[in-house]
Amino acid sequence: MNLWKDFNQGIVRENPVLRLMIGLCPVLAVSNNATNALGMSVAVAFVLVCSNWVVALIRKVTPDEIRIPIFIIVISTFVTVCDYVMNAYYPALYAALGVFVPLIVVNCIILGRAEAFAYRNPVLSSILDGIGMSLGFALALVSIGVIREVLGAGSVFGVPLFSSAQAATIMILPPGAFITIGLLMAAMNKMENKVQ
Amino acid sequence: MGSMNLFGIFFSAFLINNILLIRFIALCAFFGVSTKINTSIGMSFAVIFVMTVSSAVSWVIFHSILTPFHLEFLRTAVFILTIASLVQLEELYLKKMIPALYRAMGIYLPLITTNCAILAVAFLAIDYRYNFLQSMVYSIGVSCGYSLAIVLFAYIRERMALAPIPKWFQGYPIAFITAALMSLAFLGFTGMFGL
Repeated sequence: MNLWKDFNQGIVRENPVLRLMIGLCPVLAVSNNATNALGMSVAVAFVLVCSNWVVALIRKVTPDEIRIPIFIIVISTFVTVCDYVMNAYYPALYAALGVFVPLIVVNCIILGRAEAFAYRNPVLSSILDGIGMSLGFALALVSIGVIREVLGAGSVFGVPLFSSAQAATIMILPPGAFITIGLLMAAMNKMENKVQ
Repeated sequence: MGSMNLFGIFFSAFLINNILLIRFIALCAFFGVSTKINTSIGMSFAVIFVMTVSSAVSWVIFHSILTPFHLEFLRTAVFILTIASLVQLEELYLKKMIPALYRAMGIYLPLITTNCAILAVAFLAIDYRYNFLQSMVYSIGVSCGYSLAIVLFAYIRERMALAPIPKWFQGYPIAFITAALMSLAFLGFTGMFGL
């Protein structure tokens, strides 16, 4: 039961993007279409789950004073792996995500979970926490990506829905990202009010 | 040609590709510290200072240590450690040598380690294959753009604190909508100077 709680708290209750407001940069920058959003989610999920796993594994031998540099080394190792694998097998996606792939290393979600959860909990819970948080991140990122792609380019995952001449290009330009996430947050506030 | 090129790099980094509003880097701090003008000014000074020094150091490390030994794959780990330790050194130096500036920056100096703009500029200067002078001009342009955006945004948010805003939009949602309008305005710089 406890394991289930570790898993699902990241999805809605502590959704990293829409609730905790962390890890915002990639959410806004790569959500201009659904494919990029999904690619970024997978990359973050890989790094988050692996780093939670390793941090939990070595937490008993990690000296308290230098834990942050150790976490950073662990995280940057997995980011480098992810960087090179993506560059080799998915060059188009890698080019689209650009500098945001190496920047996963300073994504606050990953260091935050290492410090707040994986450092204090056993391996299995930490892995589940990583999966749950990644799903929450992916949920926010992909839904913003779908909204922006439908409104801004008239397609979903590259499949055209209607003529792109009717689409509002502003939605796939930078301002569209801010508008989408602002309205999404306002909608969440309103829903929460109704529930209460 | 050389000076024109530097001019272009500066304005491209300063306005056209503004790091906050167009490139979406370092947004956590953008929304976090921009509720007051004073804090955003402190953050701007800290960013200008740290970004210039750390992009110079990481450029030298990349081109004179990592490249000759074919260790480019270590750049992510090396850069983040360099920046983290550099921030510590700068903090010690400023505290001793320029206490007034140190007080102005306050707690924002240590916070900068997790500011992704610093790391991003180090990466981007290498991705764009800038030489040392170009990467200096680039990092100054980026940090000026950062300061401009965050201080303007703080002014707007201070005014907005008094405005009648619908209940669900209070706080972050309206801040994002404001940022959208600012971003729209910055988009207007596209094409300036033929860039």
